[in-house]
Amino acid sequence: MKLVLETKNINKHFYKPKDFHVLKDISFGIKEGEFASIMGKSGCGKSTLLYILSTMDTDYTGDLYLNDQLITGKPHEELSRIRNKNIGFVFQFHYLLTEFSVLENVMLPAKKLAEKSQAEIEHDAHEKLKMLHIEHLTEQRASRISGGEKQRVAIARALINNPTILMGDEPTGNLDSQNSENVFNIFKRLTEEQRLSLLVVTHDEDFAKRTDRIIEMEDGRIVN
Amino acid sequence: MINWKVILNIAKTHLLTKMKSTVTAALGVTFGIGAYITMAGFMTGLNDLLDGLTLNRTPHIRLYNEIEPSEKQPVSLYAEFENAFNVVRSVKPKQSQKKIHNALPILNYLKANDAVKGVTPQLLAQIFYISGSIELGGTLVGVDITEEARLSNINDYIVEGTPEALRNNANGILLGAGLAEKMSLSVDDRVQVSTVAGTIFPLKIVGIYQSGLAEIDNVQSYVNLKTAQRILGEPENYITDINIKLFNIDQAPAMAIGLQRQFDVKAIDINKANAQFETGSYIRNLITYAVSITLLIVAGFGIYNILNMLIYEKMKDIAILKATGFSGRDVQLIFMSQAMIIGLMGGLLGLLMGFGLSVMIDNAPFETEALPTIKTYPINYNPMYYAIGIVFALISTFIAGYLPANKAKKIDPVKIIRGT
Ligand SMILES: Nc1ncnc2c1ncn2[C@@H]1O[C@H](COP(=O)(O)OP(=O)(O)OP(=O)(O)O)[C@@H](O)[C@H]1O
Ligand SMILES: [Mg+2]
Repeated sequence: MKLVLETKNINKHFYKPKDFHVLKDISFGIKEGEFASIMGKSGCGKSTLLYILSTMDTDYTGDLYLNDQLITGKPHEELSRIRNKNIGFVFQFHYLLTEFSVLENVMLPAKKLAEKSQAEIEHDAHEKLKMLHIEHLTEQRASRISGGEKQRVAIARALINNPTILMGDEPTGNLDSQNSENVFNIFKRLTEEQRLSLLVVTHDEDFAKRTDRIIEMEDGRIVN
Repeated sequence: MINWKVILNIAKTHLLTKMKSTVTAALGVTFGIGAYITMAGFMTGLNDLLDGLTLNRTPHIRLYNEIEPSEKQPVSLYAEFENAFNVVRSVKPKQSQKKIHNALPILNYLKANDAVKGVTPQLLAQIFYISGSIELGGTLVGVDITEEARLSNINDYIVEGTPEALRNNANGILLGAGLAEKMSLSVDDRVQVSTVAGTIFPLKIVGIYQSGLAEIDNVQSYVNLKTAQRILGEPENYITDINIKLFNIDQAPAMAIGLQRQFDVKAIDINKANAQFETGSYIRNLITYAVSITLLIVAGFGIYNILNMLIYEKMKDIAILKATGFSGRDVQLIFMSQAMIIGLMGGLLGLLMGFGLSVMIDNAPFETEALPTIKTYPINYNPMYYAIGIVFALISTFIAGYLPANKAKKIDPVKIIRGT
């Protein structure tokens, strides 16, 4: 099956305060429609890896491919566009623009992409919000909703441009078991119905076990 | 590809939610521009007034005859003394007329010249004013009053009566205000003038002339050129001064030299006559710009500060925008737009404020004995200053916004996201 994301020998060092080899020879791939999770001890480099995969961090060696296209070494403008169109990202802390409404937060990446009309974008945003059961919050200011709701808004925003892959850095880390179950179900459905690929960092063993594949990390290496 | 709609929408939201800072920053620009407009308008208004006071009254070129000893003494015409060293003691000017030789042909020649806007003949005569037992020395100027009114602003200085009244009365006189006061005379009264030769001539006062310069108003009056010639008993070609107004004042010095050579008369140009006025205007302009630029720099620092603060507060937003696909350039444009919106709003408001203050100054009473025609403070509403003002505002906010916006462009989202 086709690989949507592939890394070859990715290495990263932090040079401050002293040389620290944080990622060592990371080579793996994510298939289309695959739901993969990354597990590992705190500080083993999971977030660092995710920032590289999401193209936000360009300070590494090795090659990163997205849809069989080499991403490494592309200029920042182009990386922004790739991030906008192909990669959805959900943070552990719900990062929303607090001064904007829920709807505007969700629509923003699509407006930036500017491939659809305003009406279409709005329609899509409503669809995503409905799918995540938060359509009643549409007009609410993003600062005036609960943590679980914020997380779902962030997921809706990550999905608005129908990306190739959705990455999450402990997206359920701040949620109670019920909400976390909810998010898991949404993810599961997205891989099954829309063949979306998912790569999720988690500390939740139950969550990880129910995914298609667990990538185990230890001291900056993939161990299985 | 830049998506302006999205960028401006984000910029607008930032500005609206930080209303207080926005208003503070914009008001800084407003005061800078407002002060510039007001000062520029007032200062140049004052310049024009002061220049007008003297320059408009001064012809661009004045032709007259100077009584001076001839350069060539008769002895040098003798061939026998050609190589000798001649000493002539006690050289005196020849008894000559003050009139310009061939004045009428010169007048016609000048009237046909394309560079000349107008020429007026004048006759300056020393006379005495007699009213009852009072006898005052002074000068009488014979003028073609219609042409004078067209070419100079003599009209502004006729405080009572009109130029037409003088033109229509062969025995009329526009009496200097100082003279009128000294002799307790007013319009429609009679005054006698006596020439140096002793001829006495009665005149009717048709108007009062007040230049604002006491040394003129106390001695000088105007009559028609023909009247002056009649008083002096001279023919119609007796003219002592020819005043020339040009279309382009800059040609005056060169033309004065040419005329002096061509017609063998003395020609003096306006720059020589009023060199000090240029300096005054120049210094006033310098002050205006120095103060305005200082105000704008202060306003610029205000904008710089506020944007810096805003960017510091919006670190998280910047990281989110970058993570979701906005490029560094987009982020830079978002903050640049904010600076420019502040600059534009503040600038436009500044223009309004400047205009408002100008109107207020323009209507503030300013009455002074020296300037009879001036009732309020002078203001120059030249649109040029408004254009300069708004350009100033935009440039200074651009510079003030550039550094913070550039910083926002370079923010590394990973660092911010890790930071929490
Ligand atoms: N900017 C940095 N400079 C130096 N070292 C860093 C920097 N950022 C992270 N590290 C180190 O790199 C290692 C990996 O960090 P990373 O955030 O990827 O861990 P993680 O696996 O995501 O841990 P957690 O499960 O706690 O989130 C840690 O030991 C951390 O101290
Ligand atoms: Mg982490």
